[in-house]
Amino acid sequence: MSWWFVLALAVGAYAFKVLGFIVLGGRTLPPVLERCLALIPAALIAALVVKDTFSTGQDLVLDARAAGVAAAAVAAWRRAPLIIVIVVGAAVTAGLRALG
Amino acid sequence: MTGPRAELRDPQLRSVVLACVTLGAAVGVFAVSFGVGSVAAGASVAQTCALSLLVFTGASQFSAVSVIGAGGSPLAALSGALVLAARNGVYGLTMGRRIPGRLGTRLIAAQVTIDESTAMAVAQDDPRAQRAAFWITGVSVYVCWNLGTLLGALAGRAIDPLTYGLDAAFPAGFVAMLFPLLRTRRGLLAAVLGAVICLVLIPVTPVGVPILCASLAVLVGVPSEPVDPLAAEVAR
Repeated sequence: MSWWFVLALAVGAYAFKVLGFIVLGGRTLPPVLERCLALIPAALIAALVVKDTFSTGQDLVLDARAAGVAAAAVAAWRRAPLIIVIVVGAAVTAGLRALG
Repeated sequence: MTGPRAELRDPQLRSVVLACVTLGAAVGVFAVSFGVGSVAAGASVAQTCALSLLVFTGASQFSAVSVIGAGGSPLAALSGALVLAARNGVYGLTMGRRIPGRLGTRLIAAQVTIDESTAMAVAQDDPRAQRAAFWITGVSVYVCWNLGTLLGALAGRAIDPLTYGLDAAFPAGFVAMLFPLLRTRRGLLAAVLGAVICLVLIPVTPVGVPILCASLAVLVGVPSEPVDPLAAEVAR
């Protein structure tokens, strides 16, 4: 990872924060835009789950991570705290690797 | 200007303070997994800490590190992370109204306008409690997020992440973030569509591109009516 990357991400992320908080202030966006922006986390986080669970580079794979993340999903569904969900996911994955 | 300090002394706000600080601590533990993962993905300890200090928006940081770690191009990693960062701008639209102060104060407030501080603030009834919740959550999350990152980055250099299943810590954390977003029909539809787009594109496009393309799933928000029979089916 290069420092340019770190800097670009820092500037970009802060620019969005300042744009909303200070530049646009209390203005309201067109409803259609607001509806779409509100869906960004759902769409991207779901995609990240899939990528981090089922892929290595460009290859689709099914390994211990799938079981770990499935266990984490059950914990999240049972409304376990964030940290428990993470520990369950990591522990199940590590356990399966140790066995296999 | 009304700073966070005066409100800290008010007994009525103690429960708010407690909730905000607890949230900060929980986020700190999450940050440890970011630190470990970031170092495993090839970032140095200093770069990892700089990401948390300067970028300070968890999902974008996780996304960037995850794409870089998988061998994606910096441009793909940056684009996906910035799409995720755009939501803080949306939070700013709401919070900008509620957090008064001089420009300097507001520039700091903008940096701590993230999921947690916005959620805690809008959950309060009166403006004073909203300001307190925003500042206390923002500051405690900032401190804990950065301490956790440092600890994780140092630990990540000492252990093999695979042995401890830490490569599953990212998606597990994402799953925990995802569940509350699935409560609405649209959220669920966007998530399913985003996941499918990503899965289909992984084998055929460079790393990072599937995440970026998954953002097209937000277009399910375009129709103003409850989407259509497909959405109803998925929601069931």
